[in-house]
Amino acid sequence: MTAPLLDVSNLTIRFPTGTPVADLGFAVGEGETVAVVGESGSGKSLTALAIMRLLPRTARTTSGGIRFQGRDLLALPEPEMRRVRGRKIAMIFQEPMTSLNPVLTIGKQIAEVLRLHEGLSSEAARKRSIQLLDLVRVADPHLRVDDFPHRLSGGMRQRAMIAMAVACGPKLLIADEPTTALDVTIQAQVLDLLDRLRRELGMALVLITHDLGIVGQWADRVVVMYAGRGAEEADATRLLDDPLHPYTRGLLAASPRLDARLHYTAGPLREIPGSIASALGEPGCPFVPRCPMALPTCRTKPPPLEEIRPGRLIACPPTLALERADAAAVGR
Amino acid sequence: MTTAIEIAPQPEVSGRALRAFLRNPAAMLASGFLVFVTAVAFAAPLIYPEDPLSMVARPFLWPGQNPQFPLGSDSLGRDVAAGLVWGSRISLIIGIAAMALGVSIGVVIGATAGYFGGRIDDGLVRLVEIFQTTPSFLMLIVLVAIAEPRVESITVGIALVTWPTIARLVRAEFRSLREKDFVTAARGLGYGHLRIIFIEILPNALPPIIVTSSVIVASAILMESALSFMGLGDPNRISWGSMIGANRETLRTTWYLTAVPGVAIVLTVLALNMIGDALNDALNPRLSAER
Repeated sequence: MTAPLLDVSNLTIRFPTGTPVADLGFAVGEGETVAVVGESGSGKSLTALAIMRLLPRTARTTSGGIRFQGRDLLALPEPEMRRVRGRKIAMIFQEPMTSLNPVLTIGKQIAEVLRLHEGLSSEAARKRSIQLLDLVRVADPHLRVDDFPHRLSGGMRQRAMIAMAVACGPKLLIADEPTTALDVTIQAQVLDLLDRLRRELGMALVLITHDLGIVGQWADRVVVMYAGRGAEEADATRLLDDPLHPYTRGLLAASPRLDARLHYTAGPLREIPGSIASALGEPGCPFVPRCPMALPTCRTKPPPLEEIRPGRLIACPPTLALERADAAAVGR
Repeated sequence: MTTAIEIAPQPEVSGRALRAFLRNPAAMLASGFLVFVTAVAFAAPLIYPEDPLSMVARPFLWPGQNPQFPLGSDSLGRDVAAGLVWGSRISLIIGIAAMALGVSIGVVIGATAGYFGGRIDDGLVRLVEIFQTTPSFLMLIVLVAIAEPRVESITVGIALVTWPTIARLVRAEFRSLREKDFVTAARGLGYGHLRIIFIEILPNALPPIIVTSSVIVASAILMESALSFMGLGDPNRISWGSMIGANRETLRTTWYLTAVPGVAIVLTVLALNMIGDALNDALNPRLSAER
C-alpha cells in the first residue's frame, strides 16, 4: 500500500483544563473523501485545527504525528507551515457569514491568496478570481467579484470561501461543517460542488460533520469520534449498513430513515441515554456511562482502535470479541 | 445569526458614511472653512511675498486704519494680515505632520500589542502607560527645550506625546478583531502576521482611527500655539501662537493683536473638532441608523 496523503497517528491535544482529543488516528488517501463524524464537543474541529496547526496558543499537541505527503507537519518550522496552509492544505469554516473579511470585496480576498502563493500580478489575480468564482458556480462572476461579503447570501459566501480555498489547487481540503449554517437545499448544492471540485482538481477532502445523512452520500470512508477518541472507522456504506460500535449503532438507530417508514406518530425514535459530558474524567472507554454492553473491564483503560477486518476498525473490545466469535463460528 | 447582524453594517462604510457626512451641514461648513485655510496657506507666498517678520508699517495701526494693512500692524510695525496668512502654514504643517507621525507610531505599536498579546502586549502597554502618566504638555515643553525649537523638533515632540492615545485605541480594536473568524480563515490561507495585521485587520479598525486623527490635528495645532505663546516656538517662523505671545503685553491697549490670531486658532480647531464629530457619526453605523 502506498503512503496515504495525510496520516494522523496518536494525536493528542491537551489544554491546561483538559484533553479534548486523545490518541486519535486516521489516514486520508489521495483524492479520497473522509468524513469525520461526531457530536458537538467530540473534538472534530480541534482535530482539523491541529492539522492546520492553528490551535489556540494554550493548546499542546503531544505524542502523535501528522504526516502530510511524508512530512511531519508538527515538526515543520512556522514559515514552512505557512507555505503549506492555503497552498497544499486549505480549510473552509462552518460560518460563512463571519469567515470573510467584511471590508474587502470578494475579488480582493481571492486575489490576495493568489498574489501570496502564486505571485500573480493584481491584474492576473483578478482575472483568475473571476474564473474561480465561475468554477464554484457563482452567477455573474464578473459582477460579484466587486461585491462586499454582506451583499451575498450565505450559500454564495460559502462558495466564495471555497473559491479562496481551492485557488491554489490544494491537495487536501478540510471542510469543517461547511453546510451547518446553510439551508438544506443549499447544503446539497455546496456538497455537490465540493465533490465535483474534489474530482476535477484531484483533491482529497476531509469532511467534518455531525450529519450522518451527508456521510452516506458524499463520503468514501468515515471516522466516528466520541469524546476525542476514534470509535469506529469504516467504508461509508458498510458503516451505515452494518454499524458495529455501540455508539455508532445508537446514532443510526436515533436517525429517522426513509425506508424504515418511521414516522413520529408511529412511536418515538430511539435515543442514546445520557450525554457526552459523562465522558469527563472517565478512565476507561469514554462511552461506558451510556453503553448498553459495557463490561467491568471497559472501565479500566481506554480501548485501542483495532482492525476487525481490512478497512474496518473499532475501539470496543466486547464487540470485537463477539465479532471474532461469529467469524470463527462461520469459518468452522 | 447574531454575528451577521453585528458585522453587516460595517462594510457599507464607504458609500453610506460619505453620504451621511455630506448631509451634515456643520461638517460641510467646517470642511469648507478648512479648505479655505489650506488654500490660504498654500497661497501665502503669492499673497504676501515679503517676510511676515519684517517691519513694513507704522506700529500699532488699528485694523481698517490703513487700507494697505487691513488687519493693522503690531508693536514692531509688522503686518498682522501677513502674519495671519503665513502663520496658517505653520499651524497646518505641524498639525498634520505631528498627527501623521503620531498615528503611524500609535498604529504600529497598538497593532503589535493587540495582535500578538501576551508578553509583547504587557511590555508595550507599560511603555504607553509611562507616556500617559507624565503630563503631556510638560513633557512636550521639556522635549522642545532640550532640542532646538524648530518646526521639526516641535512636530516630533507633539507626535511623541500624542501617539499613546492612538496606540491604546488601536490595541483595543485589534484585540477584539483578532478573535474574528475571518482572521482564523486568513491564517488558514497561510497569511503571515504582517499581511494579517495590515491587509485583513487594519481596514476594519480604520473608522475610529480616522475620527481620532482629526481631533489630534486640532490638539496638535493648540499645542503648537501654546508652545509659541510661551516663546518656545520656532523663532524664525511666524505662527498664530507666537503672534499672541508677542503681543500679550499690549493686550489692554491693542487687543486686536491677540484677538485676530486667537480667532483664527479657535475657528480652525473648532472646524477640525466638528469634522471629527461628523466623521464619528457617519462612520458609526449604529448612530447613523438611528437618525
